[in-house]
Amino acid sequence: MQRIITLLAMLCIVFTTGAQAAGEVREYMLENGMKVLVKPDHRAPVAVSQVWYKVGSSAEHNGITGISHVLEHMMFKGTKSYPAGRFSAIIAANGGEENAFTGRDYTAYYQFMGSDRLETAFELEADRMRNLLLPEDEFQKERQVVREERFMRTEDKPEALTYERFNAVAYLNTPYRNPVIGWDEDLKALTVDDLRAWYETYYAPNNATLVVVGDVDPDAIFGLAKKYFGKLKPSKPPVDKPRGEPEQRGERRLRIHAPAKVPYVLIGYQVPSLKTAEEDWEPYALDVLAGILDGGSSARLTSELIRKQEIAASASAGYNLTAKYQTLFMLDANPTEKHSIEEVEQALYQQVEKLRSELASDAEMARVKAQVIASKVYELDSVRQLANQMGALETIGLGWQLMDQYPEKIKAVTAEQVRKVAQKYLIEKHRTVAVLVPEDVGNGKQTAEKEVSDEG
Amino acid sequence: MKANILMRSLLATLLLLLLATVHAALAGPAIQHWTTENGLRVYFVPADELPMIDIRVTFAAGSARDGAQPGVAALTSRMLTQGAGGLSADQIAQAFEDVGASIGTGALRDMSWLSLRSLSDPTYLEPALEAFTHVLWQPDFPQADFVRSQNQTLLGIKAAEASPGKIASKAFYKALYGDHPYATPIQGTKASVEALTTDDLKAFHQRYFVARNGVLAITGNLSRSDAEKLAERLSSGLKKGEPAPATPKVPALKEAKEIRIPFPSRQAHVYMGQPGIERGNPDYYPLYLGNHILGGGGFTSRLVKEVRSKRGYVYSIYSYFLLMAAQGPYQIAMQTRGSQVDDAIKVSRETLKQFITDGADNEEIIASKKNITGSFPLRIASNGDIVEYLAVIGFYKLPLDYLDTFTQHIEAVTAEQITDAFKRHVHPDQMVTVIVGGDKE
Repeated sequence: MQRIITLLAMLCIVFTTGAQAAGEVREYMLENGMKVLVKPDHRAPVAVSQVWYKVGSSAEHNGITGISHVLEHMMFKGTKSYPAGRFSAIIAANGGEENAFTGRDYTAYYQFMGSDRLETAFELEADRMRNLLLPEDEFQKERQVVREERFMRTEDKPEALTYERFNAVAYLNTPYRNPVIGWDEDLKALTVDDLRAWYETYYAPNNATLVVVGDVDPDAIFGLAKKYFGKLKPSKPPVDKPRGEPEQRGERRLRIHAPAKVPYVLIGYQVPSLKTAEEDWEPYALDVLAGILDGGSSARLTSELIRKQEIAASASAGYNLTAKYQTLFMLDANPTEKHSIEEVEQALYQQVEKLRSELASDAEMARVKAQVIASKVYELDSVRQLANQMGALETIGLGWQLMDQYPEKIKAVTAEQVRKVAQKYLIEKHRTVAVLVPEDVGNGKQTAEKEVSDEG
Repeated sequence: MKANILMRSLLATLLLLLLATVHAALAGPAIQHWTTENGLRVYFVPADELPMIDIRVTFAAGSARDGAQPGVAALTSRMLTQGAGGLSADQIAQAFEDVGASIGTGALRDMSWLSLRSLSDPTYLEPALEAFTHVLWQPDFPQADFVRSQNQTLLGIKAAEASPGKIASKAFYKALYGDHPYATPIQGTKASVEALTTDDLKAFHQRYFVARNGVLAITGNLSRSDAEKLAERLSSGLKKGEPAPATPKVPALKEAKEIRIPFPSRQAHVYMGQPGIERGNPDYYPLYLGNHILGGGGFTSRLVKEVRSKRGYVYSIYSYFLLMAAQGPYQIAMQTRGSQVDDAIKVSRETLKQFITDGADNEEIIASKKNITGSFPLRIASNGDIVEYLAVIGFYKLPLDYLDTFTQHIEAVTAEQITDAFKRHVHPDQMVTVIVGGDKE
């Protein structure tokens, strides 16, 4: 125990050293409202550049679900200056790695390149922020690509399918009820005009943040940002509505039948995020609680349910305290062969009950905190991970500074606070439970084997 | 490509690809290499910017050594942290997590590995190393933990029967490798795993987890002399042992074969390919560059352009040479809805055949060279990247200047060399095509 307490103290020193290698975050603002965040890291001659837009599936309404993600795909389909495919070809020829990702609360585009090549990335990103063409023929093909993506990620993956249907039941009003990739029926009905309207509303400098982490000089980066993004005209994105969740009045249950071999249970309790919490400490206490259940192989779900009781083959807990809207504290598990899905579900509730009735031990509290703090050092090893954190926190509206404050907030959580949030939030009438019921998948036997003729 | 919608486990795949795509070089880190007293080969790069250390120990103890007991390597690996040096699985997990350290273990076809990431301050490093040595030297294979781990493996095998992608991959390896040790699934089969005992695991561990069959990679905040002490310490508890024998060569396929397996999914999962090349093959550079143009270079590659961008058939399609001790697979993989799978396969085959017949355009070659050489620094930008490269370089006995000379080798490749190497190594008329699922469309 002594060791861990010293660890917490020692890391303040570690951070001073780490910060020298990594450099402080510098924050700038362009006149058109675009924020620029730069964090130097001179260990290698590389940098990651990201443009984050404050739009994701949580901005969508029924009928156009998935539009943010389809637009992300279409951002690679050309502007007047750089027709379809040119963006990727230019970045590739510059030794860059590029892609994009869409989440519930953001859409982001990145290039990972030699740090002397960033000007090219800025020029191309600035161009497609306001000048996207959205050609009809490219859209028709890309819609099919996105539908294939949906089949691959969700429809043919029974646990992912369970998660998708679960969200649609667990959330009544919060936009997280819709999948990021969209419902297939909505994808089939999307039009280029829908995309254009979405693009014009959300893709503008005052709705975006530029994040650069790597071997760069912050002032020089700001100069380049001004040169390329500074001339872009702002838009008027709508003000976010609260989209709060009405109080849940009883447990909701659903069963998903899908081709599978192993049953699966997924449980979610209504909980606040940092953005929606009335008490600032509560999300941190929920985060520590998640660590006590699932912070590594020594944590309770693995040591109790997998190793000691041998009731679960896998089990995990999850909580995203940086969600923009009200969120869920999640538990999930697959039972071992000797146990039923009902038994593993009850075993998860026993763990919840223990958290509600007993205080976590000093050793557990210290272990969770030690891991959080050590992982802050490990994060400094990856410029991309740092950039992802800065961009997500800023885009959600929490501010990048939270990245530095987070360890202190976690350190301040007490065992009493963990028990309090368990008692307040992990209650039966505020939970939704989904069970995957395996359906036959066939015998997996080969039906045909042939030699392929030359024209094949 | 495009969109991280679910943050679920691509880790295993990523690791494989990392091992598969060791390329690099403009000027790599200066790699220091020596051998410990009892024969463990050490590869070290100091990196003092961050107060942390990464260690990776690799043994020639992958599933290719399973022999008549498919799954023994994977289950041995899984058991390393489930009781060692008299400590229980709980105690081992706590020892690492108390000081914020993390341990990893795993088995592939060629190798089994253990990794450790820890803060470098001795107050925290020391307990982590202490626990790590137990796991490395003296796994106890307790019976109760064995039965549990065996059951978990069996459940994993069962779960894979509901994944069209995994069914396809399994059938693909079987068709490519026949009687070769690469043919069997890394996790083993239901029957072979059920037959395993702790004695089998102990024997496997004794034979293969020995100094002369291993490689130690270290990077992070420590000096050369500290690294030497660390290496001596980690190897001191290992028996000297013997290196594993060479993996046998893989016979070429004689004819094309198409295997269809029904599955109630919307998409059909397709694997096309053949045994490719082994590590150290002199044709590696032209094949690597050529494949980058054909299907390895992401959005700019021909397969992505033809099958995805032009026709909208797939979300993901790629090709690669998986480099292994013996001839690893050359494979093209994709998923597409069942109703259009035949068309997608046809386009892929035509794209491949045309590439082999006509070769690459000069423009493509220049663009791919720029991408490969320009992106070299990205691949070794973190300690996490470096320790993986060290392990691969050490394991496959690649030259120490492998990273330094990589870009020069790529720059030197000509169009003729690409065509020539593809014609000699890639044979579309002797390829296996596995198609699983798509029955719902």
